[in-house]
Amino acid sequence: MIKIEMTVNGRPVSGEVEGRTLLVDFIRQTLLLTGTHVGCDTTQCGACTIHLDGEPVKSCSVLAAECAGARITTIEGMANADGSLSSMQQAFQDYHGLQCGFCTPGMVMAATALLEENPTPSEAEIRHHLEGNICRCTGYHNIVKAVQAASGQDVTPVAAE
Amino acid sequence: MPKDGGIGTSPKRREDVRFLSGTGRYTDDINLHGQAYAVFVRSDVAHGRLNGIDTEAAADMPGVIRIFTARDFEGCGGVPCGWQITSRDGNVMQEPKHPILAEGKVRHVGDPIAVVVAETLAQARDAAEAVMPDIEDLPAIVDMKAALADDAPKVHDELSSNLCYDWGFVEENREAVDRAIKEAAHVTTLELVNNRMIANPMEPRVAVGDYAAHSDESTLYTTSQNPHVIRLLMGAFVLNIPEHKLRVVAPDVGGGFGTKIFHYAEEAFCTFAAKQLRRPVKWTSTRSEAFMSDAHGRDHVTKIELALDEDNNFTALRTDTHANMGAYLSTFAPSVPTWLHGTLMAGNYKTPLVYVNVKAVFTNTVPVDAYRGAGRPEATYQLERIVDKAARELGVDPIALRRQNFITEFPYQTPVAVQYDTGDYHATMDKLLDIADHAGFEARAEESRKKGKLRGFGISHYIEACGIAPSNLVGQLGARAGLYESATVRVNATGSISVMTGSHSHGQGHETTFAQVIAEMIGIDADQVDIVHGDTARTPMGMGTYGSRSIAVGGSAMVRAAEKVINKAKKIAAHLMEASEGDIELKDGQFTVAGTDKSVAWGDVTLAAYVPHNYPLEEIEPGLEETAFYDPANFTYPSGGYGCEVEVDSETGLVEVVGFAAADDFGNVINPMIVEGQVHGGLAQGIGQALWENCAYDADGQLLSASYMDYAMPRSTDLPMFKVDHSCVTPCTHNPLGVKGCGEAGAIGSPPAVVNAVLDALNRGGIAVDHIDMPLSPARVWAAMQGAGANLGAAQPAARSEDTAGGRSVGTP
Ligand code: FES
Ligand code: FES
Repeated sequence: MIKIEMTVNGRPVSGEVEGRTLLVDFIRQTLLLTGTHVGCDTTQCGACTIHLDGEPVKSCSVLAAECAGARITTIEGMANADGSLSSMQQAFQDYHGLQCGFCTPGMVMAATALLEENPTPSEAEIRHHLEGNICRCTGYHNIVKAVQAASGQDVTPVAAE
Repeated sequence: MPKDGGIGTSPKRREDVRFLSGTGRYTDDINLHGQAYAVFVRSDVAHGRLNGIDTEAAADMPGVIRIFTARDFEGCGGVPCGWQITSRDGNVMQEPKHPILAEGKVRHVGDPIAVVVAETLAQARDAAEAVMPDIEDLPAIVDMKAALADDAPKVHDELSSNLCYDWGFVEENREAVDRAIKEAAHVTTLELVNNRMIANPMEPRVAVGDYAAHSDESTLYTTSQNPHVIRLLMGAFVLNIPEHKLRVVAPDVGGGFGTKIFHYAEEAFCTFAAKQLRRPVKWTSTRSEAFMSDAHGRDHVTKIELALDEDNNFTALRTDTHANMGAYLSTFAPSVPTWLHGTLMAGNYKTPLVYVNVKAVFTNTVPVDAYRGAGRPEATYQLERIVDKAARELGVDPIALRRQNFITEFPYQTPVAVQYDTGDYHATMDKLLDIADHAGFEARAEESRKKGKLRGFGISHYIEACGIAPSNLVGQLGARAGLYESATVRVNATGSISVMTGSHSHGQGHETTFAQVIAEMIGIDADQVDIVHGDTARTPMGMGTYGSRSIAVGGSAMVRAAEKVINKAKKIAAHLMEASEGDIELKDGQFTVAGTDKSVAWGDVTLAAYVPHNYPLEEIEPGLEETAFYDPANFTYPSGGYGCEVEVDSETGLVEVVGFAAADDFGNVINPMIVEGQVHGGLAQGIGQALWENCAYDADGQLLSASYMDYAMPRSTDLPMFKVDHSCVTPCTHNPLGVKGCGEAGAIGSPPAVVNAVLDALNRGGIAVDHIDMPLSPARVWAAMQGAGANLGAAQPAARSEDTAGGRSVGTP
């Protein structure tokens, strides 16, 4: 067992892991932060996306032990300080960018990272950036709109197209 | 009441807050004290004799608690099938046992053989690797037509053949249909494949079994669309646990699309093992496991013939389908190619004579069952492809040919048993052509030509039957369950309301829409209404969510229960205001006496019901809580026109969907935002089926498409923005809300529109191709463009048989 320490959602945490323990399992099972989801075992769905030192990363593709000392943000750490939804989270609700909610944490993490890099992405840029995140429910239409809205771009309101 | 949250408005979804903040509670988020972990050992061959299982080495590995095999389930039943079909000859279908763990034989890749339960997941996985099944390979049968040959290897030795049933519908019409086809001025024939799909909800299946020794109660937490159905099937048929000792909870469920309807062996296993071991047992499917253990969908091979008279009126339709059941009968599998498919073969058309023959076949593949649309996409795909092909052969406009044959008078009795109550197909066709800017197509095609691309426009006009179903009718058709829905409306003393529904949301947003309906009926804020679902201990016996039935059946049950509540509340209000009950009106949360200014608030009446000091106790009981079971009088019949516009790269065969428009008639709509979202998701799945998704087996029964590397899920870059409209409204005539259901339409109407669009593009470009089987991958389209002889067919070997179209060669995933 390896003892690791890291900062998760601004709080110092520690735990013991096996060498083979994935970061996502450490987050879900040791830290009990179950908002990060597992949708596949081939690193292709993006449901497990978190921010690792500020970068969006699929947490099923890294070992927990590799992340000793890292700064990690999960969906549980995305709300504003007063507990209200972040502008990206709020846009997903406003534009119906989620249905079953299973892909949603990963989508929000990936989309938030996009706006940090590119504050007003085009539809094509949004689609390109989210290519690694599969959503089976929404057909992506409303996810694209939510990201456009979160970036302050004009979007037709829901159910008015 | 002001339209700020009632019927027809789009309030934000209340469930979103927990999903967006990471506080949703999905089954895998549930961890019970002392839980152990189960890992299944599965067959890696398609067919073999199981001569023994060596568990000795595995049993000694660290953390292993116990290893289970078929022997442990000797006193239990198999996984039951919920629908019995009767063949043309009057015999009932062949129904093999579906054991929890393989007995004597393995019958598909993924068939569970043994289960290791250990202290940790890693320990269970390690030990599962050390379990050594002794399997003697047997020849596998994957090709449906070959499976019916006299000397074919049998999937189930105890059955007479691999034929599950041979169903004819409507059998009395058979000869008349044959005659009409013989005498027709024109007959269009098409052989096609409805490719095998894997539903792939993003949340893999999970089961957590728990047992309380002090009360002898078992609890199963599971990823299900219908917890009461699981309780009934598993308790009564598999584990012999009476309902009052068994609770099934389906908490937040991350998508279902049909594949989470069925009762699965893993659910029974965890419930059983928890009692045996006296500790909770959890199983979480990996995605790789999901590909080989979740029921698959579709997989039909069909020959269809459409007869027309000299004026191009449809005179008869005949189909001959082979439907793959896989190795065992999944819960509702037999109903999908029969009653959910044959009854839709009239489509939107006045065709007077229809005959459908379906042969259901056992093969060494994963069981096949309902997937979004279930039978109706297969019917729509056949119809909307054959009509397009007929139009091309006759040199007429495919839209005009459809319009000429549209049903225009309602109610309409089809020749395939069902009666459509309402619809206006010309209206949805008009709306589609408008929102798709059909008039501007030629100009856009010209632009594409300049870029060296072939542009095409394809249309489809679907009908579906939703809101399953009248129980007495489905009982006659072989269902072993009723298909009503239930609701309890519990009004609390201060006026807030809990609705306990047998419906279940796994993404559809019941907590928002169902509350909208109650808020509108009573005139209170939707915030005052809580919707409870997904727990057999908290909800009345209900049949769950599938077949676009939630609002049409579950919503109707809720309305009926709320009406009972309102009627009783009016009696109380009449007493409080010393008025006659017949004069009481309820509006905006106030009871008033007609023609006076007397009023009493909703909350005062509800308080009186629970603090009955001034109360008509001699006439009515205290309290305000009512339950209703609603059994629908008919199916509902949503319909719509779908238009797809594609660009095909003439060098590579790559298809790009550049536009997609959908004009649906869903009857009345409760929440337009949610309805549009449902259509978007359905379109993505239908377009996925048409262009990318394919579950492929090789001839030895190895699953080729067993991960997201080989099974092409639609991704954000693959799809356009959609144009959807639901302004054409012919309300359902037989349910209280006038609603029809919207969950499956997108997946039903879109595949033929996509295929028709690609063929339109090729033919406009001077490349005469009359059919390509789904998925229309670049390789298949390119091959078709090089000459039909090189047409790469579908992966299903049955489609490659000599007697099917086009000399297809072996498919690729
Ligand atoms: S779970 Fe990490 S990419 Fe799918
Ligand atoms: S909302 Fe269900 S997978 Fe995206």
